[in-house]
Amino acid sequence: MSAQAAEAAGFRRGLAAFLHRRPWVRLSLLLSAPLLWLGVAYLGALAALFVTAFWTTDTFTGELVRTFTWANFRDLLTGEVYRTITLRSVGVALAVTVIDLAIAFPVAFAMAKVASPRSRRWLVIAVLTPLWASYLVKAYAWRVMLSSGGLLGWGFGLTATVLTLAYLWLPYMILPIYAGLERLPDSLLEAAGDLGARAGRVFRTVVWPLAFPAVIAGSIFTFSLSLGDYIAVKIVGGKSQLIGNVVYDNIGAANNLPFAAAVATVPVVIMLVYLAAVRRTGALENL
Amino acid sequence: MNLSRPARLLFRLVLAAGLAVIYVPLLVVLLNSVNADRTFGWPPSGLTLRWWAAAWDSAGLRDALWTSVQAGLGATAVALVLGTMAAFAVQRYRFFGRDTVSLLIILPIALPGIVTGIALNNAFRAVLEPFGVGLGLFTVIVGHATFCVVTVYNNVLARLRRTGTRLEEASADLGADTFTTFRLVTFPMMRSALLAGGLLAFALSFDEIIVTTFTAGAGVRTLPIWIFENLFRPNQAPVVNVVAAALILASVVPIYLAQRLSGEVGTH
Repeated sequence: MSAQAAEAAGFRRGLAAFLHRRPWVRLSLLLSAPLLWLGVAYLGALAALFVTAFWTTDTFTGELVRTFTWANFRDLLTGEVYRTITLRSVGVALAVTVIDLAIAFPVAFAMAKVASPRSRRWLVIAVLTPLWASYLVKAYAWRVMLSSGGLLGWGFGLTATVLTLAYLWLPYMILPIYAGLERLPDSLLEAAGDLGARAGRVFRTVVWPLAFPAVIAGSIFTFSLSLGDYIAVKIVGGKSQLIGNVVYDNIGAANNLPFAAAVATVPVVIMLVYLAAVRRTGALENL
Repeated sequence: MNLSRPARLLFRLVLAAGLAVIYVPLLVVLLNSVNADRTFGWPPSGLTLRWWAAAWDSAGLRDALWTSVQAGLGATAVALVLGTMAAFAVQRYRFFGRDTVSLLIILPIALPGIVTGIALNNAFRAVLEPFGVGLGLFTVIVGHATFCVVTVYNNVLARLRRTGTRLEEASADLGADTFTTFRLVTFPMMRSALLAGGLLAFALSFDEIIVTTFTAGAGVRTLPIWIFENLFRPNQAPVVNVVAAALILASVVPIYLAQRLSGEVGTH
């Protein structure tokens, strides 16, 4: 071994021993890069955006005016248009969630409790596969089907948006409910049946309460993904507008970043309220 | 469960209907890619491979595909490094603010894409532009990596939780130093988790459009951006449809790989 190689090996051993003796150095090294990236850069960017929401743009020059003002939030709260669009977005997100739940629950139940254990694995794969297909491709598929002359030919608009979003997020609802129902022991259902409960009662008093956290977990996906979306509505929504479109238009055409930032806080606040409300159901552990 | 025969039949029908809802739109896209009618009239008037040939020859499409692959590989590489580091820190150490680290890593996919998109756009323009770095492939990779970290993190975390530290302690007792143990014991244990996490990260990046819109600048066009730009051009419709069909066919690949991976785990 040459002197240089020996020196390198010695240095390596020394470094290894140093790291081994000092866990906090190891920890700091491990945390350094992720925290610099996500903690400093990403959170910093989010914070800067939030601060921007309290600024305005000069309508004449388009330059940022860096003085604190509530004006954007006042416009947002008092503007009839924005209230309508916010309510519409929440309505769309709710409708999507309800449709997905109505389809996903029976499908997940059939997968977990009716299908044979051997076919379950394949059913999960069958539900999982479209998750890998591109978002745009799926939205596009509905555009083709809904366009006049297509398979369905119902035309574009808010209904088309709800249907497309419901289709896009359906697997996100099926999979958590399936996982929840699979954990539910068959013996509980049999016991309820043996004690004289009919199917409806078993569902109401045993299946639903135990599967509820999984339902909430699924609804977090469908609700939040719908709330932030602006692409699907551009593809199949016709002239309809959701919160995401207002944000997008204020950045692009209107060049009003402060107002866009203020609007962008709306879905975030709604989601935080929703998450806080469902925290007690234990749904967050089901994600 | 004791369901009556009609009830079982009903549930099987529901299952079949659910799967039909999931697959019919995808099948329509696949069929339309060989539909001879330019406007996808239904039912198809004839079959042709003309559109596949046209897509193959499209230079813009090939550029977009290559850009997407580069962005995906770059973001995946960053996500693998950052996700693994964070997973080790959270799983192997107890420290103040440990839960916050998990939350921080999930945040970029929990927030609406447009929030992440405009926040990064704003930050890039404020921080990078004074140094002469404009929006481009580099900023796309940074943006994608930010929300891809979570997939690697989750996979590695689950793996570390399951394997424990016994083998590593044994390796240290036998005289291996930190680096040797990592190379010969820890890394081989994590390999399939890294592969699964990396696969998910790549797929996530490959499909992303919202964050890309705000971080790409004018010259850079990923595949989703290309699709979205051409979606509303009637004369490009057949080629867009071919791309969509190809992506549907390609989505079987990760499923196959994931199955192979889980099979590998099962044999241990």
